[in-house]
Amino acid sequence: MKWKQSSVLPGFNLALGYSVLYLSLIVLLPLAALISKSMGLDWASFWAIVTEPRVVASYKVTFGASLIAALINLFVGLLIAWVLVRYSFPGKRFIDALVDLPFALPTAVAGIALATLYAPNGLLGAPLDRLGIKIAFTPAGIVLALTFITLPFVVRTVQPVLEDMEKELEEAASSLGATRWQIFYRVILPTIFPALLTGFTLAFARAIGEFGSVIFIAGNMPFKSEITPLMIISKLEQYDYLGASAIAVVMLVVSFALLLMINGLQWWMTRHRR
Amino acid sequence: MATQIAHKVVTTEAPWVRYTLTGLALVLISFMLIIPLFSVFFEALHQGWGLYQAALVESDALAAIQLTLIVAAIALPLNLTFGVAAAWAIAKFEFKGKSLLITLIDLPFAVSPVVAGLIYVLLFGAQGWWGEWLAEHNIKVIFAVPGIVLATVFVTFPFVARELIPLMQAQGSDEEQAALVLGATGWQTFWYVTLPNIKWGLLYGVILANARAMGEFGAVSVVSGHIRGMTNTVPLHVEILYNEYNFVGAFACASILALLALLTLAIKSYIEWRTEQQAIADRRSATQA
Repeated sequence: MKWKQSSVLPGFNLALGYSVLYLSLIVLLPLAALISKSMGLDWASFWAIVTEPRVVASYKVTFGASLIAALINLFVGLLIAWVLVRYSFPGKRFIDALVDLPFALPTAVAGIALATLYAPNGLLGAPLDRLGIKIAFTPAGIVLALTFITLPFVVRTVQPVLEDMEKELEEAASSLGATRWQIFYRVILPTIFPALLTGFTLAFARAIGEFGSVIFIAGNMPFKSEITPLMIISKLEQYDYLGASAIAVVMLVVSFALLLMINGLQWWMTRHRR
Repeated sequence: MATQIAHKVVTTEAPWVRYTLTGLALVLISFMLIIPLFSVFFEALHQGWGLYQAALVESDALAAIQLTLIVAAIALPLNLTFGVAAAWAIAKFEFKGKSLLITLIDLPFAVSPVVAGLIYVLLFGAQGWWGEWLAEHNIKVIFAVPGIVLATVFVTFPFVARELIPLMQAQGSDEEQAALVLGATGWQTFWYVTLPNIKWGLLYGVILANARAMGEFGAVSVVSGHIRGMTNTVPLHVEILYNEYNFVGAFACASILALLALLTLAIKSYIEWRTEQQAIADRRSATQA
């Protein structure tokens, strides 16, 4: 078997050659530089850097906050997608467009806006402070920023699946005696489950790497509210390139694993929908 | 009448459930999206229009705006060309390793922005692979504009390709084949047949890439060096002002970026609406034919 099927269209060699060259120069070569830099460390010192207590604390903060934010968005995203697809209300088009705001708004802008709003003297922070709830400059602030940044993912993965769902399925279930809740739980939920899981994973993957929105609201206290990307920055500021590379490799491995998972989920989803 | 009531019961929920869920969704959207968005403009303007204007015409702010525009103007055409080339190869031809290529194109979205900045420091920085050579030839990449452009190219890498690949796959290559049979050259086919078909998808990808390019913070922050008036983009300038407790200045610059975001959403919705209308028109003409 040949590696390429013949076609009458021209430009394959040019288009593919240019794409692969550009991809290699911009993405693959720099990533190779990172891997090769971290190879400069032997295993013991690599392990010592990536398991430093302060770095381990940052993994806990990053993964914990990302997991909570993605879980919140699993429910919030399903609710918003459901309301946008199933119900009609004034201003629906506007709300639908606004859901993508976290993708369009620069992360630093989101960061300072949330930090100011939820600061102890802020518009929303002040009433919460009186109730004894502190959000800005605590891990709760990190969860808040990550929830904002990853809000659109679940909405945008679930929405098209809900739109494509055939009403006949629900009617059939109903005629067989199912209650509305049973229909949701037994018919609708299994159909949208792959999409929900994909959205959740996308949100989680994005949250782990997020930097701009978090640093303004986190307070950045060692062992308490430092995220892993910040550890890379602080190593770089001390000109500790090896240390920064080692932590970056850990993040990269996690990102790759999540990317593979997302690809697998999407494959499952398209198969499920056909 | 009776059948109508039964129909309503099975395909939707009781009115109180509908109103509660809609209300809850709207409250959540208000708190999570609308209030933070308004707070940007409120903080920027609440000490008066004069201070707001003054913060924007200040020389460091103007330099930051100029740099942001330059960086986007270089990064976007590069990724646009790549996106079209990659989509042409992937959508119009069958070859081995295609799915690997698609996965690799998505890679920059999976990498943390901070790591994206770091990899260029490791290549071009003083201690990097090519650091010594660059220093000998007096070329500055890191802590200078080329580094900022590279980091921006990296984070906006997949946008155009990602939009175009599914679009061109769905369109197939019948029209291109017809044009070639009728004697058009390859370039003519691309300019007069393919490009008009993909222009809205192209614009969609560019708009999203532009929002990210002008708003990128993490990756650019690592390679910029934060030199005021020299290597500060608008998001980095926002950070500096905010950390100096110059909140009016910080939010004034942030408000430009927020306006850009709103403009992006408006254009995006317009393109989506157009595509929808087009699909409806196509379906109608298909049923009439």
